[in-house]
Amino acid sequence: MNLPPIIVIGNGIAGITAARHIRKKSTKPILIISKESRFFFSRTALMYVYMGHLKWEHTQPYENHFWKKNKLDLLEETVTQIDPKKKTITLSNESILSYDSLVLATGSIPNKFGWPGENIKGVQGLYTKQDLENLEALTPSIQEAVIVGGGLIGIELAEMLHARGKKVTFLVREKSFWSNVLPKGESELINKHIVSHEIELRLETNLSEILEDENGRVKAIRTDSGEIISCQFVGLTAGVRPNIDFLKDSIIATNRGILVNKYLETNQPDIYAIGDCAEQQEPVPGRRSIEAVWYTGRMMGETLARTLTGNKTAYHPGHWFNSAKFFDIEYQTYGLVAAHPEAPETHFHWQDSSKNLAITIAFDKNSNEFLGINTFGIRMRHEVFDQMLSEKRSVFHVMEHLSDCNFDPEFFKSYETEIISNFNAVQHTDIKPKKKSWSRIFNNLIAK
Amino acid sequence: MKTLQKLGFGIFIVGLAVFCSLVFIGKYQLSTEQFAEVISSKGIKSELFIDAINTKVVGKEFSGPFTLSTTIIKAIEDANIVHRKNREWSKVIWDKPHSFSYEIAKTAGTGLIKENKGLFWLLTFGLGIFGSLLYILPNVITLGPPGIKNNGIFFNSVTNRGFLGWFVFIFLVTFYVLLYFFPDYIVNWTYIVDPISESLSGNLASQWFLYGFLYCVVMSVMAIRMYIKYRNNKYQILRTTSVWFFQIVFAFLIPEILVRFDKPWYDFKNAFPLDYDFFFSWNLNSLISSGGFGLFILVWGIVLTLVVVPVMVYFFGKRWYCSWVCGCGGLAETLGDPFRHLSNKSIGAWKLERWLVHGVLAFSLIMTGFTLYSYFSGAQVVLGVKTQTIQNIYGFLIGSIFAGVIGTGFYPIFGNRVWCRFGCPLAAYLGLVQRFKSRFRITTNGGQCISCGNCSTYCEMGIDVRAYAQKGQSIVRSSCVGCGVCSAVCPRGVLKLENGPLENRTFSPEFPLGNTLK
Repeated sequence: MNLPPIIVIGNGIAGITAARHIRKKSTKPILIISKESRFFFSRTALMYVYMGHLKWEHTQPYENHFWKKNKLDLLEETVTQIDPKKKTITLSNESILSYDSLVLATGSIPNKFGWPGENIKGVQGLYTKQDLENLEALTPSIQEAVIVGGGLIGIELAEMLHARGKKVTFLVREKSFWSNVLPKGESELINKHIVSHEIELRLETNLSEILEDENGRVKAIRTDSGEIISCQFVGLTAGVRPNIDFLKDSIIATNRGILVNKYLETNQPDIYAIGDCAEQQEPVPGRRSIEAVWYTGRMMGETLARTLTGNKTAYHPGHWFNSAKFFDIEYQTYGLVAAHPEAPETHFHWQDSSKNLAITIAFDKNSNEFLGINTFGIRMRHEVFDQMLSEKRSVFHVMEHLSDCNFDPEFFKSYETEIISNFNAVQHTDIKPKKKSWSRIFNNLIAK
Repeated sequence: MKTLQKLGFGIFIVGLAVFCSLVFIGKYQLSTEQFAEVISSKGIKSELFIDAINTKVVGKEFSGPFTLSTTIIKAIEDANIVHRKNREWSKVIWDKPHSFSYEIAKTAGTGLIKENKGLFWLLTFGLGIFGSLLYILPNVITLGPPGIKNNGIFFNSVTNRGFLGWFVFIFLVTFYVLLYFFPDYIVNWTYIVDPISESLSGNLASQWFLYGFLYCVVMSVMAIRMYIKYRNNKYQILRTTSVWFFQIVFAFLIPEILVRFDKPWYDFKNAFPLDYDFFFSWNLNSLISSGGFGLFILVWGIVLTLVVVPVMVYFFGKRWYCSWVCGCGGLAETLGDPFRHLSNKSIGAWKLERWLVHGVLAFSLIMTGFTLYSYFSGAQVVLGVKTQTIQNIYGFLIGSIFAGVIGTGFYPIFGNRVWCRFGCPLAAYLGLVQRFKSRFRITTNGGQCISCGNCSTYCEMGIDVRAYAQKGQSIVRSSCVGCGVCSAVCPRGVLKLENGPLENRTFSPEFPLGNTLK
């Protein structure tokens, strides 16, 4: 008799990580269901396919034979219903499959806010493989594009369209780009950089209406100030929300996302949710209940794989980190840096705007404890900051060891001396930078 | 700017067209005196050959190199058949027919090209250089602000194995086949670089001088392209400068100047076993007969391979050679840069790579073993095999076909490091040191990898860099030449080439950094 498999719905980073790690420890049958694409691909690489840096096959981290070799069965289907009582799922072709455990890793979908015209042809988000294909099909008829929403996908879509020679207008609701995440100085640095790439940046501008031409295609948008901007494409990038509409009538408890406890369990037995679609009922202090980023998706997958291979494990992500790239400026963050710090959090900010470099270090004004760093145009070592955060080091310690943190390629100009003398001047300290030490850097790694 | 670039491209094509057409034009007329000179300098004793040439070639005008070549080669073959049958070994002409034919054609050439070397240099090299610079320099503006500029690479016919890519492939392969096997067809190309050769070594240009000069020109022009494309990245700038410097000075100028001072032609950075004929008897004899300087070269050549190479790889990885010094690497990193993403990343290709590259290393060492045994014992035949035969097979299959025709000709199809990855015996040797005893690695930055695949795609050696990075593992691979492009194209700052402690260099965490599983 065939045992029912562990079924994973969704083949993004969360679902695939879970499946891979289960397979490492267990021979249970595993079935991964996704209608989006047969093989796992890196969603973050969609933009590079559009810009001609990569071909589709390059977005796939594993060769096609990997799945069969590791006995990970793939099914290109859509799941329409889940019956937790009978432990079955129903596919859009009406067939019914039994599961042993069910992992929901269905990801996100782009937000729409009921804008007039948001469903006409030429209006879309950029999230799925199909979104990319639709955009590619529309591309020859686009001369002007409008992007609505000043977040990470928005700026990527602006870069993509600009790379293909389109005139791009970028509408940002806030006073400055991504200003709900980035402190003022950094956000303004990115504003300038966006403009230097010939993007028409409209701050504090909202979309009112999308206008349709006689063929049912977008011809322009109207902003909240009444301005009409002609365009043949509108990118809706005002954030994403969990992709859970198929659970509307299910007894699986949902709020904005699928509600899970710290073991990533839903309210139904043997059903788990991970990645973008999961909403933590008791989030780790200081963290949001839904974190739709690559890294947390991966970590939830790693954690759940332990539980499903007999070692029940709570989801406990380590120190927050993230990264992005804004046109030519790389961004990394370690720890927590508030966009608008409230006491006792205080910031030290250094910037060399002619070279598009900046860092912001957050620390506790009273205890001087280091809280986090944002870095722009200077690469920094994850391991070193992770350890400094774990050891609750002071901001002075961080400053002293800034050379250990640098991760720029060899021969790059280093700015540590400049940053530290700047810090000394502002904070009235007398910190002397220590020379980079291999043993400090690599002993950390080995200790883990 | 775009117009300027189109104009530049047009001028480049005109230069290239003139260059190609030179093969088909030009007149050849061999005088009695010239032929007498050839006979005496080559020590030709075959009266059959001499008669044939005297009746069929001397005093006659040939237009184009092909009929001349055919006539000479037929004369050589006919004469050799008779001499072999009669066992008149001293009369047999042992030279490679096309090389012999080249020497006659080189003296016999007359007319337009030979009389206007400067003009034709300008119409070929001159227009080519001017046109390509006109195409490349505006990139400073058209590429936009400094950063990674890979837009449209997979939409471009040249760089995505399109029609133009295949055209470049055919052009390059044809060029190498002519260069290695039909030098007598390209005599006209050598005329236009005669003045430069004479000013350096005092000799007329051979096809190898032509190749060396062309190599330097191509590398210089394409180095300028590198400076513009990677102007945000100092590692790339310095690396390009280094590899360019070693080509121009060590591979081109110094050897030619040595010849002027009656010293052996020697490239001081070209290490055995890439320099596979270093221990061939003709080279050893030539070095030993050149007195103290020759002996110095002999000792340096051995020390370079046995001491300098492994010690430097221990400290810096094989990159110090492969992407900072080597001539083959130099061409790959300049002319080949636009094709780097075409390398095959599959596990199958990696398996093939390990068999082939280590196979060639073994082949070169066995051949050298036979060579040295023959040299010291005087035996022509070792273990029932003629040493000369092994050398000929190696020279043909590895030295010419693999390194040249496939190594460079296949740039637009298999990427720019086909030779370095699958064929170079020195790379295999450096790779073994790098893999097992070196401070070099590409460090993965904790858990920051997003599996986008830019690193793997742009790895010219076909290393699946992402496979390591997404596991949070550092990359230690024998084939890595340390070009640094994976690190450059990474959009998240995940990769860094560095030389650190040996311990835990290949450490693989259970999970990438970030998760605190209890």
